[in-house]
Amino acid sequence: MSADNENCTNQQGYSMVYLILLLGLLIPGAAMAASLDELIDRAVSPVSDALTNIIFYELNLGFANIPFIVVWLVTGATFFTLYFRFINLRAMKHSVRLIRGDYTDPNATGDVTHFQALATALSGTVGLGNIAGVAIAVSTGGPGATFWMILAGLLGMSSKFTECTLGVKYRRVNEDGTISGGPMYYLSHGIAENYPALAGFGKALAMIFAVFCIGGAIGAGSMFQTNQAFGQLLVITGGDSSPLADYGWAFGAVIAVLVGLVIIGGIRSIAKVTEKIVPFMGALYVLVGLIIIISNIGALPAAFGAIINGAFSPEGVAGGAIGVLILGFRRAAFSNEAGVGSAAIAHSAVKTNEPVTEGLVALYEPFVDTVVICTITALVIIITGAVDPNTSMEGVALTSRAYASVFEWFPYLLFFAVLLFAFSTTISWSYYGVKSWTYLVGEGKGKELVFKVIIMISVILGASVNLAAVMNLADSMILVMSVPNLIGVYLLTPIVKRELDSYWGRYKRGELKVYR
Amino acid sequence: MSGTILLGIDGSEGGARALDFVKQWTQSCSGRIVVAYVIEWSPYSFNTPQENAERHRRREEELEQAQASVLEPVVAQLKAAGFEATGVIQHGHAAKTLVRIADEEQAHMIVVGRRGQSAMKTMLFGSVASTLVQLANVPVTVVP
Repeated sequence: MSADNENCTNQQGYSMVYLILLLGLLIPGAAMAASLDELIDRAVSPVSDALTNIIFYELNLGFANIPFIVVWLVTGATFFTLYFRFINLRAMKHSVRLIRGDYTDPNATGDVTHFQALATALSGTVGLGNIAGVAIAVSTGGPGATFWMILAGLLGMSSKFTECTLGVKYRRVNEDGTISGGPMYYLSHGIAENYPALAGFGKALAMIFAVFCIGGAIGAGSMFQTNQAFGQLLVITGGDSSPLADYGWAFGAVIAVLVGLVIIGGIRSIAKVTEKIVPFMGALYVLVGLIIIISNIGALPAAFGAIINGAFSPEGVAGGAIGVLILGFRRAAFSNEAGVGSAAIAHSAVKTNEPVTEGLVALYEPFVDTVVICTITALVIIITGAVDPNTSMEGVALTSRAYASVFEWFPYLLFFAVLLFAFSTTISWSYYGVKSWTYLVGEGKGKELVFKVIIMISVILGASVNLAAVMNLADSMILVMSVPNLIGVYLLTPIVKRELDSYWGRYKRGELKVYR
Repeated sequence: MSGTILLGIDGSEGGARALDFVKQWTQSCSGRIVVAYVIEWSPYSFNTPQENAERHRRREEELEQAQASVLEPVVAQLKAAGFEATGVIQHGHAAKTLVRIADEEQAHMIVVGRRGQSAMKTMLFGSVASTLVQLANVPVTVVP
């Protein structure tokens, strides 16, 4: 991490935050300089490169080199899938009934429903990972990356189940009546309750998690989001020659003000409007994708063939099949965040006496996010043949081009979709960040405000740096959250097992009360 | 006539007129009156994580406020007038929830006021009274 923070007496983990804060202060003064974007890029790149090197440290498994973090996430997802005997698949039907409210007492209404908790968590995950992430995976790893993304999505469902069950089980009701939950709480309280000897270790994990979550909120939650939204704005205004090309900081400033109005000003109307439009945009995106796929139904078998072939015997991809697998798994993890722990924060507000029910509902998050939406995006990109062999890595621009080859007006719609997804994801992640921040520094309006300003600055920064630097930083920060999270989840797996066995037994014996 | 009447109120003028109607027309009867206040709420809305975290507390606040400022005074008025009256507050879709409460309480009739909104507004947002008339399993009296 940076050594230029002589004033920084805080923990090592904060130095990154201070660096960004410092950069943010430069913005008003240097706003006239056209090369500001490059300046910021030069400043962020070394930080992101250093972090990327640590987090994507490659393990030599004899036959191939695989980044540690990918092995970590896939091992976790596979373990939970086997340990809970394919809960990801066998509970899907029951979980639909939970989401519909069939098991919810109609006389106890007004609190957060399963549907609402799932919808909120989804609005934090469905976003640019689905549109830009898939494009990156397919443009660098070929069609085969899609196969591994889908597989990672299916396995990731089990990780979500486990962490979200724990999120509800160890949530806290605060003095003011609000609910706080998530890895910070199950890592500290959960481990302390079940392994008294490891209480200090659990507390340390919780704090490490909170530090990384703050990084994730800044990187993937804010910077990456505006970066891609601005990218799409350039696409619809003339690409590289767009007159707006040098004004990333200005675009970022506008978004930062809007975000600030919601998270600091508490202007609910902006959030309300976004919440109404985001699901609609998501549905429209899927619908247009399906229309393109159905109107090219003849090309579908070939596309699936390319996905399967590309997954096992790719041509011209660095690292061969393993290289493709890594790309697919990495983008899936980034898109659905399974094992990362973020969703456990969002899911923990649900009204239920059975923590397992929310875990079962959470199964649908990676399913909708990765298995459904990412697959549609990938199929559209493959069917339309939009991949440009001369360009190495492309994000949202590739998706835009693929859709535009069928519907010319689509890039404009996509800009609004990307803008709204980016906005809602930033709002969600800023909340995760605030919860982690206050977990570390203590509750308080002033302390929250400091972090919210940092989020606004990151939004501006995100629109000013190039894709590679932002992507790497975002990836590193968000994925590394899974290290403390999964260590704790492994330790607490027997508790989830006990809860699940009890619940599933009652369900199978028909002892659960069904209200409709 | 004896039996249970469900009186739906919402703190508005229409609800007050419905209350007057019930007092006037059922004065001499030995019936029970269930006063219901439905707080408009949908289980399928999209919220921010912040709203969800605060939801539990807000719900309690909403219930307390509705109880104290709307329901209690009406129940007290009815009791003072010699009726056997109880109160219910629930979150949900107004018309559907009233129908469900009527079924549970085995009410013989539902009485509500109407807002008297314009045709345009009804077209856009619907009307509790007209939806109720379509859904209810017992006679509905809408007080203008």
